[in-house]
Formats: sequence, structure tokens, C-alpha cells
Amino acid sequence: MKILVTAKRVEDPESKIKVDAAGKGIVKEGLKYKINPFDEIAVEEALRLVAKHPGDVVAVSIGGKEVHEQLRHALAMGATKAVWVNHEGPLDQMGVAGLLKKIVEKEKPDLVILGKQSIDDDQNQVGQYLAEWLGWGQATFASKADSLDSENEKNKVPGVIVGDGAKTIDVIREVDGGLNRLQLTLPAVVTTDLRLNQPRYASLPGIMKAKSKPLEELNPAGLGVDVAPKITVTKLSMPPARKAGIKVADVPTLVTKLKTEAKVI
Amino acid sequence: MPTVLVVVEAQPDGKLKKATLNAITAARALGDVHAVVLAKDATALAAEVKDYVKVVHAGSAAHVEHYLAETWAPAVAEVAKAISAEWVGAAATQQGRDLMPRVAAKLNAAMASDIMAVNGTTLTRPMWAGAVIAEVTLSTPVKAFTVRTTEFALAEKAGGAGEVKAFAPAPVTSPTKFVEFKEVKSARPELTEARIVVSGGRGTKGDFKEVEALADELGAAVGASRAVCDAGWQPNDLQVGQTGKVVAPSLYVAAGISGAIQHLAGMKGSKTIVAINKDGEAPIFQVADYGLVADLFKALPELRAAIKAAK
Repeated sequence: MKILVTAKRVEDPESKIKVDAAGKGIVKEGLKYKINPFDEIAVEEALRLVAKHPGDVVAVSIGGKEVHEQLRHALAMGATKAVWVNHEGPLDQMGVAGLLKKIVEKEKPDLVILGKQSIDDDQNQVGQYLAEWLGWGQATFASKADSLDSENEKNKVPGVIVGDGAKTIDVIREVDGGLNRLQLTLPAVVTTDLRLNQPRYASLPGIMKAKSKPLEELNPAGLGVDVAPKITVTKLSMPPARKAGIKVADVPTLVTKLKTEAKVI
Repeated sequence: MPTVLVVVEAQPDGKLKKATLNAITAARALGDVHAVVLAKDATALAAEVKDYVKVVHAGSAAHVEHYLAETWAPAVAEVAKAISAEWVGAAATQQGRDLMPRVAAKLNAAMASDIMAVNGTTLTRPMWAGAVIAEVTLSTPVKAFTVRTTEFALAEKAGGAGEVKAFAPAPVTSPTKFVEFKEVKSARPELTEARIVVSGGRGTKGDFKEVEALADELGAAVGASRAVCDAGWQPNDLQVGQTGKVVAPSLYVAAGISGAIQHLAGMKGSKTIVAINKDGEAPIFQVADYGLVADLFKALPELRAAIKAAK
């Protein structure tokens, strides 16, 4: 089974993000960068699937040369090959999906697994655009029946269930009010939610091996994709901070405050 | 006035999901609102919606009975084209988040997710887990959006009932099949619609008895932090946070929750926040109106008794 995954470079989710004085961007000073956490789950899921259904895992990242860090991370986890789309400047979700479509047509994977969203834009769109433009089925917000504390998780059992002959997959999804199970005909697009798996750490031999794994360079013009953004961010600001309240000494004081001051009970 | 098409969502019982009415309020700020209802028989749900919009497009067909992006997106796009809609949107529920980008892709529309405000054609939306608020404009002829429901009131009925137009969605072959929906049934109010929410975190160590007992005393919904859902202590559906449910109740009680930024993003719009945590330095206290440094297993039963006595 050949699987294509994404490895977007994003700010560390623990960083404190601040808007710059002009309200046009964020303050980059002192920020650390990581692979988008949802993409890391996608890489892990792909590795678990190819452990049972042998094949290649191809990791894609779009950006300047600094995204090699995230591609090497995916390779160190165990991906076979990296594809770097060299692009500086703004890019929106239609641009990303357009580039991924071309790469899918070149690489011909059986499955594309992406994070359901990246933790910078928080748009939650690329997988769905890509599935529609490819004419493939989609299973967003992939989860599984077992928890992250389960035996199956410890044994690295994939959450995506491959059908007989690897013609279909079953995916359990997090939806409002419960869990939904879909059966998709391959090839298909899956986007990951938090509870699909706990990504592995890259081992030292993995990190060493990653250095010699292939990294292919592409660019939007070469792929024939116009990535001029259709979304313009006109202004960034910080939300008004919530006023810190008070600490109360005990439960009776709390109940009095809730009744007489906040008037919520 | 531009035409705006809103996709109507049903609850598991087939009745109108309230989030759709929040989405209609946002849509009214963009233009004349039409709605599209898709069901095996769309008649009853269309009748529920018609008082809120100009026209309801009621699509009845067997192949749209169970929601699937693959079968719904073509039907929504078909209506959007027929009425020359400039905007197409839905509530930012799990269904809306799954569906709208696929509809947008069909219409070559750019899309803004989770919009919080509308000013002319400028949309406001959260980025970086709500640490940043962005104003965005979309330059495609057709534009798509999902609506953060806590930021818009429920729509009032418009003066006079709208028109219902029945249509038959064109058949499609879907590469995806619906297998099953396992509903997590609860007698408590729905998390996103409750007036009061009591949430538990890692501090519960998985024992939710006191969290649930307080919730029931208050007629509240139960929520949870990511750690709780990751451990499988509570269903995923109860997770409050940037990637889970965004809630804005009158009262939010956080018990044993430290307050990671991703959790705060899902609840800091609440009117009054109470935090109960053993660790006085926990970040949750920075957003709480009332903080109580205490063991939740002692404080929650006491709080429940005091509330009962005060009734």
C-alpha cells in the first residue's frame, strides 16, 4: 500500500503567539517550529498501515528550505521518501490542495492521510478540497474505537481498517453526538483527529537513516499550479484578554458570589 | 442583495439542529438567505426552516438519507448554481466542517472557516487556537464559510413564511458508504446548547461521579478536557477546546482542568467561569472569574450541597 502524507511546518503549539505592531503578521522572534501535530498523527498512521500492508510512505511539505526539518522528521519516523515543494510567500488552502493534487497524480498513492487542520490557520479544509478535486472519497476526523491508553494502541494497531484485498478501508470518525463509521473505496483521502494514535519518537538509527533518504524538489510553476491566494488576510489582532477574576476562600463564598454577583444560579 | 445559501443540519431525530439558526443569523449579514434541506423526505424539516428564510430548497432522495459529503456536496452545489448564490455556508459543526470545503471545491470557491463576525464582505475568524483573530476577504466569485455558533444569536423568525421549493437531487455514485452511527446517548443537555457546563480534567483521574452529580444538580451539560478524552475516560464528543466543542454558556465550571491554551480556546467566551484546582498556579485561574484552590473531590460535593440548600 502506498501512502502520501503531509508534514506542514508550524509554530510549536506551546508557543505564545503575538501579533506584530502593524497587525499584518505574528512576531517570529523566539518562536520554535514543529511538524503540524495532526500531520504527525498522519505519518504515524501511515507507518502502522505499511507495517501490515507493505509499501512506501511519501511525505510532502510546502515552503522554503526550512521545511526540510519537518520532512527529515517524517523520514526519521520511518517515511520512505520526501517531496519538497519549494515555495516562498503566501499560500491558501486552495493553493495547497491544487499542489497536492498534482503530486498525487505523479505519485499515485492508494491513500492520502493529512492532518484535519494545521494549528496555525485552523481552517480544516485541504483534505476535503483535495478529495473533491481528485473525485475520491473522504473520511475526515479519523479516530478509532480504542482509547490512547488501550492495548491495541500500545501494540501500534492502526485505527484505519483495511478491507480484504486492500480495495477498501473502514474509518471511524469523530462526529457530533457519537462515532460514525464509513467504508471508502481506495484510493481515498483521510484526515486525522487527535485520538487516532500517539505518534512514535524518531529513534537515533531512524534519524541517521533519514539523512540518506531521497528528497525530491518540486515547485508550483513546474507542477503547473497557480497558487495566487484567493484569501487575503487584511488584519490580525489579539482577542481582548479576559479580566482575571478573584480567588475565593471557600465554597460558601463561591456560592454567594455566583448568586448575588454573577447571578448565574 | 447577494444570495446566501445555508445548508440545514438535522439532529439524529430528524428535527432542526439549533446551530443552523446561528448560521442563518450570520448569513443574514451577507445577503438574502435561502436554505437547502436534504433528507429521504425533506418536507417536515423544510417546514421547520421556512419561517426563517426567503426560500427553502427541499431535496428529497434516498441517496442523501445518511449524510455523506460525497452525496451532499453535489446537491448543495446544484442548488447554489441554480440560484446564483454568491455565498454558501453552514454551522461549524462536525458535519459543516466536513461538508463545506467539499462544496467549496465543487464551486471553485475560497472559504473562511469558523467565522466569528461579518462586516460588509470582511469575515473575522480565529487562528492559532484563537490566540489571533484575523480579518479576511475572499476573492472568488462564489465564497464559502462555516459559522462559529457561539458568536451569533439564534435567528428570530422572519416576517412571513418563506417559500418551499421541492427538488430531486441528481443521483450520484459515491465511493464512500455509510456503515453506522453509534450515538452516545445522554439525558443531559447538549454541550453546545447548555446554559451551564461542568467540565472535568486530568484532576478527576477518570472519576467523573462528582462532576456529573454537580451537573445534574444544575441541569448542566458535562464537558471534558483533551487529557480525559485521550485516556478514554469520557467520550470524545465531550471534549471542549479549539479542535473539539466551542461553548459559551452563562456558567462554566472547570474542575481539575489546568487550562491549556487549546482548552481555553473552547470556553473563554463563557459569561462566568469558575475554576476549581488543587494547583493555585494553574493557567485556568487566569481566565476564571472565581477561582477556588481546592481538591475537587472535596469541593464539588460541598458545592452541590450548597447549591441545593440555596434553591
